[in-house]
Amino acid sequence: MAIEPITQVSGRAIHVPGADIDTDRIIPARFMKCVTFDGLGEYAFYDVRFDPETGEKTNHPLNDDRFSQASIMLTGINFGCGSSREHAPQSLGKYGFKAIVAESYAEIFFGNSTTLGIPCVIAKKEELDPLKAAVEADPTLEVTIDIENLTVSGGDITIPVTIPDSARHALLSGKYDPIAELLENKEKIEATAASLSYVS
Amino acid sequence: MGKTLYQKVWDAHSVGTLSDGRTQLFIGTHLIHEVTSPQAFGMLRDLELEVKYPKRTFATIDHIVPTENQDQPADPLAAEMIDAIRMNCDDFGVTYFDLKSGKQGIVHVVGPEQGITQPGSTIACGDSHTATHGAFGAIAFGIGTTQVRDVLATQTMAMEKLKARRIEVNGTLRPGVYAKDVTLHIIRLLGAKGGIGYAYEYAGSTFDNFTMEERMTVCNMAIEGGARCGYVNPDDTTFEFLKGRPYAPSEEEWDAAVEGWKSFASDPDAEFDDIVKINAEDIEPTVTWGISPDHGIAIGENIPDSADTDDAEEKAVIDEALAYMKIPAGTPIKGIPIDVAFMGSCTNGRLSDFREAAKFLKGRKVASSVKAIAVPGSQITAIQCEKEGIDKIFEEAGFEWRAAGCSMCLAMNPDKLIGDQICASSSNRNFKGRQGSPIGRTVLMSPVMVAAAAVEGKIADARETFDVTDTCAVA
Repeated sequence: MAIEPITQVSGRAIHVPGADIDTDRIIPARFMKCVTFDGLGEYAFYDVRFDPETGEKTNHPLNDDRFSQASIMLTGINFGCGSSREHAPQSLGKYGFKAIVAESYAEIFFGNSTTLGIPCVIAKKEELDPLKAAVEADPTLEVTIDIENLTVSGGDITIPVTIPDSARHALLSGKYDPIAELLENKEKIEATAASLSYVS
Repeated sequence: MGKTLYQKVWDAHSVGTLSDGRTQLFIGTHLIHEVTSPQAFGMLRDLELEVKYPKRTFATIDHIVPTENQDQPADPLAAEMIDAIRMNCDDFGVTYFDLKSGKQGIVHVVGPEQGITQPGSTIACGDSHTATHGAFGAIAFGIGTTQVRDVLATQTMAMEKLKARRIEVNGTLRPGVYAKDVTLHIIRLLGAKGGIGYAYEYAGSTFDNFTMEERMTVCNMAIEGGARCGYVNPDDTTFEFLKGRPYAPSEEEWDAAVEGWKSFASDPDAEFDDIVKINAEDIEPTVTWGISPDHGIAIGENIPDSADTDDAEEKAVIDEALAYMKIPAGTPIKGIPIDVAFMGSCTNGRLSDFREAAKFLKGRKVASSVKAIAVPGSQITAIQCEKEGIDKIFEEAGFEWRAAGCSMCLAMNPDKLIGDQICASSSNRNFKGRQGSPIGRTVLMSPVMVAAAAVEGKIADARETFDVTDTCAVA
């Protein structure tokens, strides 16, 4: 179950504006009628990408051809709030996103994304705004998230970012999916279970 | 220095520290449902893993269950999901409360009802409203599907410890003000992201006097304020509720269990990272006007106007919300016509919710312009309501009385808003498209306020619609 460390993510970026973008917006509940995650990519942000009444494409940034190759999302505050559905980061990953830069994240979304190897780094609004502007001015701009040194850069802009130490360590050591390590501690798990009256 | 309940439960369930610094936390009770578990079982099979403690996982179906005829899934995908959970529970030896068990319902109603939810435990479920179970003094939180796999395979998961914030509400709620108003008020006050990084301890005389159902309503919406879990310290009200339930400790084990549970309560000198104090008398019947649960106002207030703020971000938030809601800025929320009234969900789909609403609906009629549905949170809740004649009161008033499930809270079953209908809803989320139509509109409120809106055909102050002076304990 060895997985590759993630030290850096590079690619084109897209700015998806908004505060409190919830997981119902990222993947509407009706698309969760499935027993695998396989087909979720095409439904990411579906109800804001397509006009609910006409079915026509909206002017959502994800419909803008200039950003069709973007693999890094730049967004706002409290991204991924609401439902715990892993379908949300799964759909973003399958849509083609490899990493997210936001002002902050809802916790469950952050944890789900990290486990899938989608780094979610945090930037201050005033520092992120110029990068968003640069990406909007030049959609071909190559953006690099450096997990090791905690920076995001694009063109002549480099900004500091943060990420909780545990997530940074998990990504850099290739242990963001913790199952192997969880399984290793079999005896300790059994000892804890035995100490809990409602379990044993 | 004393410890908080959160700290004590955390310590008791801590297996060790992982290489990334997170804690490997033992999950004593794992709840699963049909939407977020099938992929986890798929991962188990791919990795050739077993369920480590099958007796510590309990399953039911709720999200996609039709409420008109429970046995007939609306489409092949829903049927496939129901088949999948049945097969997975069979294959791995997991207890499954299916439709025929008489115990099926919303997972957060079923756990407490069965006495599975207990003080001092850790509870995880692939559903963000798992915080509900914190009402019993458990540390309960939502997880993603890969974590469902982790819990199935190891009964543990990797987790970062949270800070603790005590939210103290003291005093007596005024007539017509309910636990739902308390939770909407707290979220309005602290914001949808205010709780990120925190576990909420709800305390104070208001919570001391609350029933378990009222405590569940408040804990349920901790996540809407950004807090992954919220809890109330266990007390006699908690123990009384649990006694005699199917999975509660037996008569012989009872006294020892209660002693153990009491020891988890926060110490009087426990230290918190933050403390917030609220007067119960300051809380008004609260409704939402926008697209986030922190867009709440008292029923007597006006809808916000972006012209009244100089903050560019706040302006943008108000404008986006009002463009979606299509309601006029700066005018009273009271009087906005509604199309649908929804009574139910893991927030307010319990017996006391239906009892209290029925008290006021008796002899009244739902406005002819309103489609009103009442969806009990569980089969047991439904049966009890039917025994008490509550179903008849709802039906005579013009509500459709349905079978148990999540229903129009998230509309994964056939219960959906159509077009841009406005719904007065006792549920927990007013996100864009939440109730099944991508342009549907949700106004969150207490069950009695939903009843008032249904009767008036518009958002109303239940204190004016009904005589609420004899308000009894209700969530």
